[in-house]
Amino acid sequence: MQISMTVNGVGHEADVDPRTLLVHFLREALDLTGTKIGCDTSQCGACTVHLNGKVLKSCTLLAVQADGCEVTTIEGLAEGGEHHPMQTAFWENHGLQCGYCTPGMIMASAAFVRDNPGASEAEIRHYLEGNICRCTGYHNIVKAVKQVADAAAGA
Amino acid sequence: MTTRIFGSGIKRREDPRLITGEARYTDDIKLPGVLHMAVVRSPYAHANIVSIDSSAAEAMDGVVAVYTGDDIEGLAGLPTAWLIPDSDLKTPEHPALAKGKVRYVGDGVAIVLADDRYRAQDAADAVVVDYEELPAVIDPEEAAGEGAPLIHDDVEGNIAFRWVMGDRDASDAVFNGADVVVSERILQQRLLPTAMEPRAAMAQYNGATQELTLWCTSQNPHIHRFIISAVTGLNENKVRVIAPEVGGGFGSKIPCYPDEALVSWAAMKLGVPVKWTETRSENYLITIHGRDHVQHVEMAASNDGKLLGVRATVYAGMGGYLSTAAPGIPTILHGLLYVGPYTMDSVFCESIGVMTNGTPTDAYRGAGRPEATFLLERMVDNVARAIDMDPAELRRKNLIPAFEDGYEVATTLIYDSGDYPTAFEKALGMAGYDDFRQAQADALAEGRYLGIGVTAYTEMCGLGPSQVAGAVGFQGGLWESATVRVTPTGKVQALIGASPHGQGSETTLAQIISEELGFPVEDIEVVHGDTTETPMGWGTYGSRTTPVTGAALAHASRKLKEKARVLAAHLMEANVDDIEYADGSFSVKGSPDQAQSIQDVALMAHLAWNMPEGMDPGFEESQFYDPPNFVYPFGTHIAIVEVDADTGEIELQRYIAVDDCGPQINPEIVAGQIHGGVVQGAAQALCEGAIYSDDGQLLTGSMMDYCMPKADMFPNFELGETVTPSPHHPVGVKGVGETGTIASTPTVYNAVLDALAPLGVKQIDMPLTSAKVWGAIQSARS
Amino acid sequence: MWPNKFDYARAGSVDEALGLIGDEGKFLAGGHSLLPVMKLRLAAPEQLVDIGGIDSLRGISANGGLTIGATTTHAEIADSSDVQAICSALASACGQVGDQAVRNFGTIGGNIAHADPASDPPTVLVACGATVNIQGADGARSVGAEDFFADLFETALDDGELITSVSLPDLSDHQMAYAKFPHPASRYAIVGVCVALKMDGGTCEHAHVAVGGATVKAVKCRGAEAALAGSTLDDAAVGAAAEAVKADIADWLAGDIAYPETYRQQMAGVFLKRAIAAATG
Repeated sequence: MQISMTVNGVGHEADVDPRTLLVHFLREALDLTGTKIGCDTSQCGACTVHLNGKVLKSCTLLAVQADGCEVTTIEGLAEGGEHHPMQTAFWENHGLQCGYCTPGMIMASAAFVRDNPGASEAEIRHYLEGNICRCTGYHNIVKAVKQVADAAAGA
Repeated sequence: MTTRIFGSGIKRREDPRLITGEARYTDDIKLPGVLHMAVVRSPYAHANIVSIDSSAAEAMDGVVAVYTGDDIEGLAGLPTAWLIPDSDLKTPEHPALAKGKVRYVGDGVAIVLADDRYRAQDAADAVVVDYEELPAVIDPEEAAGEGAPLIHDDVEGNIAFRWVMGDRDASDAVFNGADVVVSERILQQRLLPTAMEPRAAMAQYNGATQELTLWCTSQNPHIHRFIISAVTGLNENKVRVIAPEVGGGFGSKIPCYPDEALVSWAAMKLGVPVKWTETRSENYLITIHGRDHVQHVEMAASNDGKLLGVRATVYAGMGGYLSTAAPGIPTILHGLLYVGPYTMDSVFCESIGVMTNGTPTDAYRGAGRPEATFLLERMVDNVARAIDMDPAELRRKNLIPAFEDGYEVATTLIYDSGDYPTAFEKALGMAGYDDFRQAQADALAEGRYLGIGVTAYTEMCGLGPSQVAGAVGFQGGLWESATVRVTPTGKVQALIGASPHGQGSETTLAQIISEELGFPVEDIEVVHGDTTETPMGWGTYGSRTTPVTGAALAHASRKLKEKARVLAAHLMEANVDDIEYADGSFSVKGSPDQAQSIQDVALMAHLAWNMPEGMDPGFEESQFYDPPNFVYPFGTHIAIVEVDADTGEIELQRYIAVDDCGPQINPEIVAGQIHGGVVQGAAQALCEGAIYSDDGQLLTGSMMDYCMPKADMFPNFELGETVTPSPHHPVGVKGVGETGTIASTPTVYNAVLDALAPLGVKQIDMPLTSAKVWGAIQSARS
Repeated sequence: MWPNKFDYARAGSVDEALGLIGDEGKFLAGGHSLLPVMKLRLAAPEQLVDIGGIDSLRGISANGGLTIGATTTHAEIADSSDVQAICSALASACGQVGDQAVRNFGTIGGNIAHADPASDPPTVLVACGATVNIQGADGARSVGAEDFFADLFETALDDGELITSVSLPDLSDHQMAYAKFPHPASRYAIVGVCVALKMDGGTCEHAHVAVGGATVKAVKCRGAEAALAGSTLDDAAVGAAAEAVKADIADWLAGDIAYPETYRQQMAGVFLKRAIAAATG
């Protein structure tokens, strides 16, 4: 089936098998492998992207459902060659170790802080229930997100 | 350079590629013409294979080939590489695809190669296998008992080994004469390692040169090369194993699995690249599990609180086959830690490795030491209760006093250095232990149940030495090697045989080199994970990369520095003895204006226009480093919890960790290791546990049922440190990758049982789910 | 994991959707209930008819009560000021489905068609006397939520029928809450209790109570309702309701290996109390 999609600002046309999951379309057809797959059950959040500005687990949507949509992946988060503040905060706060959950974690957190500037630590921890990390114990992830949330509230 | 780079929490060198999605993990790598492999897996835990019909699958679109166990000629079975001595060890055949019989749910039966992973899975589903189901057994103690189904014909009674540490009669004498003996049956439940990146493997074979390249999720590519060479029959120098970015391992990416052998074999057979990527559902079925002990434990003590001895009979579930390092985990890495940080003179352990119809088990973060630390700390709390002594006071009375260079304990280990009382008192102070006891009593008066758990621990890591590895049957060395290579323009490539996968070693190791040689850390690249590009090494596990590889790099750097000093003296026409070094610059004593930077020296060494007599050109040094002993990090962890008696829910309110891993090269990275380790260990106490049905089906086969720890289950952690250098390490450091996991499980468990003590609850099997806690409260009340 | 092969078609209208759907077809809206089971190959429909683009199925209208289009997302419901005013427990329940990413795309229609007993919205719909509006080839019909949820993953929907919307009465004069005990692994409900209380001064005129999570379907709890009605919600009445609710669900209990039926049944009593406290607090 023929679909078109704008991914990270670039238009794409493709012919896909309808059963193709969006995450596989991004990874295989577009070679945007920053988006990861960590579970089969929509729980780990490694595949989180933005679809029309909203966070989405891209393993839980068919590529054909995203026809005509705008998708942002981790590769498209930085603007003008500058890291997104959430990327910077993860780096500065040692909010990652193996890095595999990181793209999804950053995508989810970036949208959360955009919508919830000034979020509390408890709110951040609750929000992150949809993103699982095995390495960091979440401590520094929460610290990173809080830093950006505080900055967003102050701005 | 004015700030010391060693000891500074600089940002990680590896992060820019990870936060932007540019890092390439195995499944991210594409090769033209690649075929995808799907594996037909047994739905039964124990069954005879009656027949396999792959005709429908072979006829499907995009399917290139289907192979069964009988087809994969020339691929040898997977070896067990830890042959523990004096234990009557049996190593049953482990074919890459089952032949005749399957032994756990997920055991591979056939492989499908197709042009697309969706179509490969379609075809795998279309392979018809007729099974004759056999009775299955999962519990290791049951599997070792009378009448259990026999899993391997050549493993009588399902007993793969019986390993004994200590003298049974001597232990009896201590226990028979003791005032107090406490006992408990402890279940170390199976855990699913769950590295966030599932395993993956891709192989490419060049028929003309007979060279095989295998990209795979490995913690130890050189060990993978060795095993892939052995099973395929290719010469080891024709096998290149690349561990690209690897998304966590926690032990689960140490073993060489059937899948990696199968993609290699299929790529050789078909002459095209072959790729396999595990799904999480597969991962939970086939990637090794951790723990799985049934332990019968006793501890002896005097009425005035002297710990006299500990002993245990351990039934350790091995699963359907013996994984790569499996026999060493519940034996060498377990029993030898029975003394912990205490002055206890009598230890005895009988560890029985039992084949079961579960997924094979192997090293999982901590590997044997968490299981030892838990039983020790659990029993110390039981003794405290039995003699009515505060558990912190009991620990205080029995801690080994501070020592700087060697302390031999009853397990025959010689601890390198330790100051347990200082870390212990620091942690108690941070927690406000005495005040907490008052708050706890006040809360109880209001019907609230607060509890505190205190764990004092030490552990052995930084594995080698190799002589010890040999003595305990490890089929390899445990040294590391490294090369520090400086380019003509003064940039550094450090090549290491170890293979970090999230630990931050590219940063930590660069900090060691920077400290030793004065190159800015930005100019140092640590290269790892490719057997062709890097020197031999045994891998990243056992908290050994900083202690062992770090030492190799420190020594290689010091050799380079010596060469630089001589060359600098020559260039400045000075006596070597008059050369001073500071911050990457060599100068002549008394003439500070005359100086040669390390970069200047590196360039001249490459140009070699003007070398001292007898000095070879180039600026590169290598070092093989075999550590003289393990390193022994230690510390004290404290947890404070509140239990909701209406529901059984546990709230972890505070967690205090004081750890001593010697001088911290990068405190941020050290803290990160502790945070992650603590959550991993606390989750064993609180929520994680693989559950099988009686017929061997994994009931926790996805994250829907297997409870991964989540952000909202934990508070921010309160960390403290003490610094006791290792006397035998060139920069004094000890490993810290597993301490958090080792210490936290008993800490959280004991806190919960402390909270429940007023209700009369004495024991609950882990994990402490609300349902089990609530049930225990009801039982105690009735 | 990957779904089986299927035919895919998009419908621009309800009529078109009903015309496209075959015997082995499924309607697809957000896909957040259907695709997970397809990925695990627990479901393998031969055909998907995508109704995500049908405008008439989407949106919330407050017209005395509430009418919520089938493809309205959980996030839209949770954030709707109309829903918060007229049936706040539904906003609360929809705000606790999955996580934010799931709520952004999962829809109320898909959720109830899937009829997972541990999902949150059905419990509120049953408690509050919602109506499920259904369109089929033979016309439209409406089914009360209590009858709609027939059993474990079973509904009153016939093959080829499409949920078009859910209607709720105006409960803005009720004090209500949805109290959830989430499963630590899946975050589905171990037990979820919805109460809606019509108070007259200090006296409870009537109560709506339903329980999910602990049961194979969301169950209306009339014993608990009777125990609360006419009371001042004193400890004795609430205690009696907590006992009654356990009896109300006794025939419908569900559990898993970690959180067995008996435990969930007991927790229904605890969470009923918590729901009442939250509603009246």
